Amino acid sequence: MNAEKRVLIIIPAWNEAASIAAVIAEVRDELPAYDVLVVNDGSTDDTERVALAAGARVVSLPYNLGVGGAMRLGYRYADENDYDVAIQIDADGQHDPRYVPKLIDALDEYRLVIGARFAGEGDYQVRGPRRWAMGLLSRVLSRMAKTPLNDTTSGFRACDREIIRLFAQWYPVEYLGDTVETLVRVIRLGHPVAQIPVAMRPRTAGMPSNSPVKAMIYLGRAMITLLLAVNRR
Amino acid sequence: MKLAIMTGVVALLLLALIFELLRRRQLREKYAVLWLVVGLVTLPLGFIPWSLDNVSSWLGVASGASLVLFLAVVFLLLVCIHLSWEASRLEDETRALAEEVALIRAELRDVKAEQAGLRAELAAGTANGHAVPIVAQRDGKAVVGER
Repeated sequence: MNAEKRVLIIIPAWNEAASIAAVIAEVRDELPAYDVLVVNDGSTDDTERVALAAGARVVSLPYNLGVGGAMRLGYRYADENDYDVAIQIDADGQHDPRYVPKLIDALDEYRLVIGARFAGEGDYQVRGPRRWAMGLLSRVLSRMAKTPLNDTTSGFRACDREIIRLFAQWYPVEYLGDTVETLVRVIRLGHPVAQIPVAMRPRTAGMPSNSPVKAMIYLGRAMITLLLAVNRR
Repeated sequence: MKLAIMTGVVALLLLALIFELLRRRQLREKYAVLWLVVGLVTLPLGFIPWSLDNVSSWLGVASGASLVLFLAVVFLLLVCIHLSWEASRLEDETRALAEEVALIRAELRDVKAEQAGLRAELAAGTANGHAVPIVAQRDGKAVVGER
């Protein structure tokens, strides 16, 4: 079933020269039939060169736009080059490419499939305000989608042609807009959405932010994003 | 009386500045009208600050000067909001341009690689004593060695 679909793996990367080669190598090893596109989001390090050397296609933004900006470019590339499925994977190696076929299988029934961290598989944990924010987001979005969505901010997603076309034209550049707002829009347009439980691995490079102040700011932004997204149009 | 001279002179300077910016084409026309109107309204108000006293007492505001101040603050706020809106729009436009540049650069890289490959094939073909392969156009792509 998956064999005849043209699949593009999109990896947004901003200064990820340290980890990107390993991620690309693993994806190509695990999923040799799929094309890999690295969206270099205005990196100041060697990301572009390293990614090209690792055998990925690379599109480089002239300056940093943020994940949302990088992803719209990725979806534009997928749309213009006529891909059937686009998968988004983080460049820090925390998403396991072995789950990709599962996500693609789920696309037979759904338009957008999220690889979710808190849905039973793996032992990923967050605490404090960040957890409240994620809890709030998942409660509201689950109710909207009428299906459990435990990890609305996951950057591990798969979508079909219709959603690729939508995201190629419209993809918010704001923080959290790239995950939460896109989900709200897709659900509101009536497209079926689902999640697949995945285990996350520790990042191969970089550190997750744990500061309580940042977590509070995160909570505030999550609420603002949600409020705006739900009240749009 | 001193006050009237001071505000009047400021209004004149303002009008001169706007006119000069317009003359040098430093302001887009859509802003030009707005700022010219602002300049022309401030000029008489500058020289005769009490001219609004009747209007203000009808509105229940103690003096014309405070009415002007209030309106000025509201107006400046609106201008600020408009500028943020304009900046957001510009960001959207530069974002689209950035995407375009990235796609074009990637395509250019592919074309260059393809060209380098073609050159290598051509060179190899002539070096081996074979006939030079035919290079033809098909669907906008170069095709080598097919008859």
